[in-house]
Amino acid sequence: MVTVAQMFERSDYLMSLPILLLTIFALGILMMDLILPTEMKWVNAVTAFMGVVFATAGVLRIQWALDNSRRVWMPAFVGSMVIDHFTLYFWYLFLAGTAVAILMSVHYMDQEREQHGEFYALMLFSVVGMMCMAAGFDIVLIFIGLELMAISTYVLVGFLRRDRRSNEAALKYLLLGAFSSGIFAYGLSLLYGLTGSTNLAIIRDRLTRDMALTQNHADPVAILALITVATGLLFKVAAVPFHQWAPDAYEGAPTSITGFMSVAVKAAAWAMLIRVLGMGLYPLRTVWVPLLIFVSLATMTAANLAALTQNNLKRLLAYSSIAHVGYMLLGAVAYGSATETAAMTDGVKGILLYLLVYTFMNLGAFAVITSLRRRDVIGDEIDDIAGLFSRAPTEAVLMLVFLLSLAGIPPLAGFWGKYFIFLSLIETGHYVLAAVAVLYAVFGLYYYMRIASAMFMRQALDTERIRAGGAMWGALWVSLAATLVIGVYPEPFIRLVNWSLNVSNNPAIANLVR
Amino acid sequence: MQSHILSIILFTPLLGAILLLFVPKENKNAIRWIANMFALAGLLVSLPLVPWFWAERFSPGFKFIEGTANNWIPSIGAGYVLGIDGISFLLIMLTTLLGWISILSSWTAIETRVKEYYIWFLVLQTGMLGVFMALDFFLFFVFWEAMLVPMYLLIGIWGGPRKLYAAIKFFLYTLLGSVAMLLAVLFLYFYNFHQTGTYTFSIPALYQTAPKIFHDTAYGSGYAILLFFAFFLAFAIKVPMFPFHTWLPDAHVEAPTAGSVILAGVLLKMGTYGFIRFALPFFPDVVMHPKVRAWMIALSLIGIIYGALVSLMQKDMKKLVAYSSVSHLGFCTLGIFALNPAAISGSVLQQVNHGISTGALFLIVGILYERRHTREIAEYGGISNVMPVYATITMIMFLSSMGLPLLNGFVGEFTILQGTFMENKVWAALAVLGVILAAAYLLWLYQRVFFGTVTNPKNEKLLDLNPREILTFAPLIVMALWIGLYPKPFFQILEQPVNQLVATVRPGYPGTNSVNASAQAAAASPAKEAAMVPAKGKN
Repeated sequence: MVTVAQMFERSDYLMSLPILLLTIFALGILMMDLILPTEMKWVNAVTAFMGVVFATAGVLRIQWALDNSRRVWMPAFVGSMVIDHFTLYFWYLFLAGTAVAILMSVHYMDQEREQHGEFYALMLFSVVGMMCMAAGFDIVLIFIGLELMAISTYVLVGFLRRDRRSNEAALKYLLLGAFSSGIFAYGLSLLYGLTGSTNLAIIRDRLTRDMALTQNHADPVAILALITVATGLLFKVAAVPFHQWAPDAYEGAPTSITGFMSVAVKAAAWAMLIRVLGMGLYPLRTVWVPLLIFVSLATMTAANLAALTQNNLKRLLAYSSIAHVGYMLLGAVAYGSATETAAMTDGVKGILLYLLVYTFMNLGAFAVITSLRRRDVIGDEIDDIAGLFSRAPTEAVLMLVFLLSLAGIPPLAGFWGKYFIFLSLIETGHYVLAAVAVLYAVFGLYYYMRIASAMFMRQALDTERIRAGGAMWGALWVSLAATLVIGVYPEPFIRLVNWSLNVSNNPAIANLVR
Repeated sequence: MQSHILSIILFTPLLGAILLLFVPKENKNAIRWIANMFALAGLLVSLPLVPWFWAERFSPGFKFIEGTANNWIPSIGAGYVLGIDGISFLLIMLTTLLGWISILSSWTAIETRVKEYYIWFLVLQTGMLGVFMALDFFLFFVFWEAMLVPMYLLIGIWGGPRKLYAAIKFFLYTLLGSVAMLLAVLFLYFYNFHQTGTYTFSIPALYQTAPKIFHDTAYGSGYAILLFFAFFLAFAIKVPMFPFHTWLPDAHVEAPTAGSVILAGVLLKMGTYGFIRFALPFFPDVVMHPKVRAWMIALSLIGIIYGALVSLMQKDMKKLVAYSSVSHLGFCTLGIFALNPAAISGSVLQQVNHGISTGALFLIVGILYERRHTREIAEYGGISNVMPVYATITMIMFLSSMGLPLLNGFVGEFTILQGTFMENKVWAALAVLGVILAAAYLLWLYQRVFFGTVTNPKNEKLLDLNPREILTFAPLIVMALWIGLYPKPFFQILEQPVNQLVATVRPGYPGTNSVNASAQAAAASPAKEAAMVPAKGKN
């Protein structure tokens, strides 16, 4: 009989290093906040940023250990956590998104007069949750990570206590989120009942065996489990018809948190979706592929049509972010329906690259909107951005770049996300889906260009010049640099995504490169 | 030096745009000078290409090739590869010339937000040149899409009253076509992989495999036709061919003068260039499919006649010129789908001619508009009394546009008609209607605006052209006369690529001599140079 203490290995502590670091920093901020005078609250943000930097160093240390072990993956905590390149990729992504979001928040929270240490502590806690979701190989750990992230985010959404929109958004998000978590947990418990394990690899093996026994006819209970689990997952990535919380939550949340939610939180949900659907429930792909096709079509249609008529920038970007989920779901469809290895990885590659570019371009767009906020102006209506070029030319041009990137115009980063999705669809023979998806890309251009035309072609309603703080400029320039560099020279980033999926370059291409 | 000439031509305008970023926006004259210097430099660096290209005009394949396949993004097989043949050479020279002329013509026309205007214009110039130079489909696509953004802003910021509508319509239409094309080319990309085992967007590589889809039992003609239509959608919108032309009058009328010149002179040529460079050699069997070809020809003929009839009825000068573009571009696509050496080389030459003549027509309209701020034909009359130099130049350009012998338009249209006649007499007969109608709408316009006495007192004190304005027209007139009087060098430049294209699409077509025959007929040139028969076969 092995005791619990013997089940832990020394390497487990190393593997949880970034998680521990972030927790320590978050707790430190909570205590430090008590003694900081009001005008010194920005120190909280600096501490949080340092926490992210230290956590990044921790991830680098883990990567070094993984590289030295000459293995492609290492289990931790009795197999409930898996450290592979996929995990590391997402960890870096979360940390990058969080760092930019912290930079965006410093000045903004001063404007909102809500500069509290809890804000940054909650951000770090939610990153801890995300890391558990991405590394989780056990449905219990994944669920705990999900709840930690979600609860922190509920509070962050309602952080503007004096703003009714923010309170309303938090309440809606909490109620719907709790409901979906319940459904998700129900599905997970069914899976446990079916397979007798909480480990994704064992779940997959048992399901494969069951499918083989029944000549590929899925057990009705398995289908029920799949549908309930998928509901929870699709809620978290905000796919139609489980998207209703998103526009309200995005509109009401503090703008920097909207940016944070639309990239880091969403990326975590995607990591979870790929792990659970793509790994644990892969044997049931004949069921979930048609389901995802339907959901992605519904998502692209509803979100793109709804975005056309929005006049609130945050709401518009919320719908656009739902629409982007629709494209990414197509990558999952390609993954599920592929028969060759190359096509399978292309689908996931599309999702991962999409999340990478989306992180920067969307944060950039939200950073510009955040900088519009002043004491007396909320600054999130299209009218507020009218004539932005005459008030803040640099920010207007940056916003144009982010919008074009979101619309998928080459040579900007956003194009590559869409490119790999379309590529994987063509590769797996989903020609009609690809045609529908590109049609919606044209819709997308229309509503993004509505913002652009307001900025460049309309008169300013408000002539006051906009001043952004140093941290905000940092966020803007980082986003811009990433958007441009990934756009013009995506090669290293494509390699990075290949690395995260453990695919070296295709042999056919490797020959060419020599 | 010679091996990097294309990159130098490509990035000179962009360099100017980057430099302009650092000039304070209040300093308008400095901005104008810098922009004009770089536009002129863009033309000057392209001039050495002329003798170099002339020396190699008969050698097969692409010339001045730069870069190797897949050197840009090896993971997906995209490369920074530039190279030109006779067709792209002519269009590149047209682009650098018109780019300089339109920037020169904007000196007084643009008074607001001068800095941005020139920056976007120079960026646009680089985008257009890239489209004509790229030998990698991916690179081509990047330039093709990236160029839409500056044009969108040029129309949307400096345009007329309905600029917002026109700008977004232009952008959406073109994007719709190009994303369809992207999907089609991804299909070709995977097909190429299954055939050869390499992932590449290299155009010469795709030339080898794409035509096989038609006969491939796994896909067959249905797939090939669908793929062709995806390309067709992109290029037909850009040209624009008849049912897809509705963005054009809006964009042309609302755009600032220089924007219209570039739009008509260069952007529309990207569509016809796309047909010649991609749609035809990728899908030769589809293009020769009788039904597909009949549709293409029918749309071209409808475009010719419809465009001309609508021009006839316009009350606004700029709209008249815009619709005349639909008609003239109908000739170009007719020539392309008539698919013999005479028709295709006529079509390319006509594209250059259209750039020269219609570019000049938009400048002409712009000059009156700058002075009077109206384009209503009814507002004018008897202008030749007050602006004699202007009236003379206008006459030359009108005659060139309607295809009077000794001027450029005649050579192009005649060669297209000759080629079309060899294919089908009815097609040629219908197309001739377009020539007649062109004479009608242009001469009627001239009569209403320039002849008679000055009836509107506002027109009595109009200033004639200043030296800068004359300078903008001078190169266009010289080119119009040159092509009109001695087009043989142009046909010689086109001979090799056109013959190769016809050999690809219609193997065994006995057409190598007709090009020279038509050139001689049109120019009445007695010189008989032995036509070098280029090696037939695929790239």
